[in-house]
Amino acid sequence: MSRQYIIRRLLIAIPSLLGISLVLFTILALAPGDPFEELATNPAVPPEVRAALRAKFGLDDPVWTRYLHWITAMLQGDWGFSFVSRMDVDTLILQRLPVTLIVIGSSQIISILVALPVGVLAATRPYSLFDQIANTFAFIGFSLPTFFTGLLFILVFSIQLDWLPFVYRADIDATGWQFYWEHIKQAIMPVMVLGLFQGASLVRYVRSSVLDVIKLDYVTTARSKGIGERKVITKHVVRNALIPVVTLVALQMPIVFGGAIVTEQIFRVPGIGSLLISAMLANDTPVVMAVTFVFACLVVLFNLIADILYGWLDPRIAFR
Amino acid sequence: MGFDMNEHELRGLIGKVKTGRLSRRGFVQRMMAVGIAAPFATQLLVHSGVAMAQAKDTYEPTKRGGGGILKVLWWQGPTLLNPHFAVGTKDQDGSRLFYEPLAGWDPDGNLKPKLAATIPTRENGGLSADGKSVTWKLKQGVTWHDGKPFTADDCVFNWEYARDPATAAVTIASYKDVVIEKVDDYTVVVKFKQPTPFWADALVGTRGMIIPKHLFADYIGGKSREAPTNLKPVGTGPYLFKDFKPGDLVSGTINPNYHQANKPYFDAFEMKGGGDAVSAARAVLQTGEFDFAWNMQVEDEILSRLEKSGKGRVQVTPGGNIEHIQLNTTDPWVEVDGERSSIKTKHPILSDPLVRQALSVLVDKDSIEKHIYGRTGPATPNFLNNPERFRSKTMKFEFNIDKAAGLLEKAGWKKGSDGIREKDGKKLKFVYQTSINQPRQKTQAIVKQAAQKAGIDMELKSVTASVFFSSDVANPDTYTKFYCDLQMYTTTMSQPDPQLFMNQFASWEVATKENKWQGRNITRWRNADYDKLFRQSESELDPVKRASLFIEMNNMAVGDQVVIPVVMRPGVAALGTKLMATISGWDNNTWDLSDWYKKA
Repeated sequence: MSRQYIIRRLLIAIPSLLGISLVLFTILALAPGDPFEELATNPAVPPEVRAALRAKFGLDDPVWTRYLHWITAMLQGDWGFSFVSRMDVDTLILQRLPVTLIVIGSSQIISILVALPVGVLAATRPYSLFDQIANTFAFIGFSLPTFFTGLLFILVFSIQLDWLPFVYRADIDATGWQFYWEHIKQAIMPVMVLGLFQGASLVRYVRSSVLDVIKLDYVTTARSKGIGERKVITKHVVRNALIPVVTLVALQMPIVFGGAIVTEQIFRVPGIGSLLISAMLANDTPVVMAVTFVFACLVVLFNLIADILYGWLDPRIAFR
Repeated sequence: MGFDMNEHELRGLIGKVKTGRLSRRGFVQRMMAVGIAAPFATQLLVHSGVAMAQAKDTYEPTKRGGGGILKVLWWQGPTLLNPHFAVGTKDQDGSRLFYEPLAGWDPDGNLKPKLAATIPTRENGGLSADGKSVTWKLKQGVTWHDGKPFTADDCVFNWEYARDPATAAVTIASYKDVVIEKVDDYTVVVKFKQPTPFWADALVGTRGMIIPKHLFADYIGGKSREAPTNLKPVGTGPYLFKDFKPGDLVSGTINPNYHQANKPYFDAFEMKGGGDAVSAARAVLQTGEFDFAWNMQVEDEILSRLEKSGKGRVQVTPGGNIEHIQLNTTDPWVEVDGERSSIKTKHPILSDPLVRQALSVLVDKDSIEKHIYGRTGPATPNFLNNPERFRSKTMKFEFNIDKAAGLLEKAGWKKGSDGIREKDGKKLKFVYQTSINQPRQKTQAIVKQAAQKAGIDMELKSVTASVFFSSDVANPDTYTKFYCDLQMYTTTMSQPDPQLFMNQFASWEVATKENKWQGRNITRWRNADYDKLFRQSESELDPVKRASLFIEMNNMAVGDQVVIPVVMRPGVAALGTKLMATISGWDNNTWDLSDWYKKA
């Protein structure tokens, strides 16, 4: 793989990120609403206060000047200042990041842990009872939206059985084992809802990709050499079959940082997703811009990483 | 006037109480007999110089702490904790966890001292005879959470801080026209330019929370947003600040030096934000995971079902918010000088009082209460409903399609072949708009059905709330532009005094292109008599006379069908079975947090 290729890809990323930020900013600027809207309907607040606040936060400037301000500040590492919370946007995002990483990260891990063995097993015994069951569950899994499974879980595990809490609390007042236990207990439902949803679609990828490889001649050769079935599967089949799966997982990585808006809302998980949605509802443009722009950067970055990984895993793929 | 009893008689009675010839209770009973509610009767006594009966203290715990953790849910969590920047209720509620005003408003609209030693009255010399100043005695021995003493300097500082336009405090209106002076370390005087009947605004209630001078003095004006204490409040309240994640969580621990004995009861509290109202109700009423949930915008039917689990109860708090239908007095379909609904025009159909009367008897308020709002929206004939001392007793409402048909007939609107009435070849048709919100669409449907029966073609329009309530000058669908015939929404009353609330019918408040539609008079109704009454109420110091002025203003606006009141929108909260909390419609939800406790 050539260094030139990577440099070229990075250079291409710059105009696309600029384009993305411009589109985001324009759409947000054109959208109706005002972060100080609540002040307008409150009789006790004179209109001058709103006007002063708008002027203070530069909301009355033309869109392009605001964009230039934003982009120059962003390039200097200043992510902006939230209109609504009156604090720096990066602090707001950093506050939410750990929970997002824990919840979404573990749901990704769970989805991989479930999808890999199930997909491989299903593919080695195609159309067996196990394959049929796995397939059925995979179909159900990715057909049911998370807001539905989330509510179903709450109804069953919180309300009927009363086993698990359905309000996620980032600050748990306990120490030692109790602390970890409480954290695990409250994370089970959101992690499972997300993990099973993603796992279900991943199972289908793993299965089809293993099926493609298992029919190839070199696998038959390996078998005829008298290598044990287990070894053939792990060493010869899975390793090659995983190439597309790895890229797929890499492409999903930005989601880990972006949070899961719906699930976070249902379980009140204080992640990036819920920050984004509340910022949108409150017309808190700097926060929306920062979150979406960071997300866009991550997508571009992980696309690049996936491409590089691809070439590294399968040297037959050439870079031009 | 709203009273049958004449003023002289009333004054005679008050005189008897003063000299001890009539007991307070006897006075209240006589007032009730002539239809004056108890809270108003007591208020009459206060303003006339008889001390207010101490509100009965229902606080039971006999020692501080030991109550465990108090877990409350605000489905929109506070996003900032400086009371002078608190944009919405959620932010005020959050700030009130740590900061306190001199006094708060109880559910009846009476003052309860917090940082004040006593409530100023005429008798204790707190209120001046000319109505131009109030002297507050501060409670002594109160300390900020960092140990510094709370004094008159702090009160004066809050005035300086909030009135500076560069600070851009949302509380500026309460401070910019008054002068606050220190008399001694524990006495401040609030001075007004004119005689001011509603004297309890600055340093009181939602906009009166006091921040410490020693931590904010360097951050006055343009630097206000840089104060580190904006995010880490240091107040005088019952709980010390622990953690704050905007929109998600505010937590605190017990203040061992709180200035009220045996309070607070809980060792810590946690205010969790996010999610939606229904699941918040569920977490309190059905699973008991939380002790309290705020602003239950949930259908009463669902609330009642959840309550059956026996883990909690719904508490309804009367306030002044009113869901009402506005009738446009100007023509929304003609553009004059670049604006529709211009005050240079007159509504072609609605300017006829008979048509307005017909519309007012076509709103089936009882059904709307029964089938849509339940406990969360009692039907009312009045625009000004609370505090009860300002409520008109003479207004009535009815639902009568035949009467409406008769009125329209009389106005010359005859039924056409399609069942819709017409006059001079013009159809009787209205466009009726509101924001997208399920109960509102259901209400629209009920009104439309009745209107149709009476021969009115009612076109329904619903606008996304974020557009409808925005102040976007470029958007034609905002409620302040009122580019249609009828519209419906809830107008809020944040103070127990109707002065600000009633300016919605004053002619100088008309929303026009010139003032960027920021005027508060949306119906654009203009009436010289109303204006005169309003001006009179601004300086009338006699509470009895003043109340009757407001009642008359209400009767004018409602009687002339400028608006058709539909239902009151009281505050609705969900409480765990054991939790005892006083919620007031005139103050923040957390105004009395120091007195919250759980019954054994």
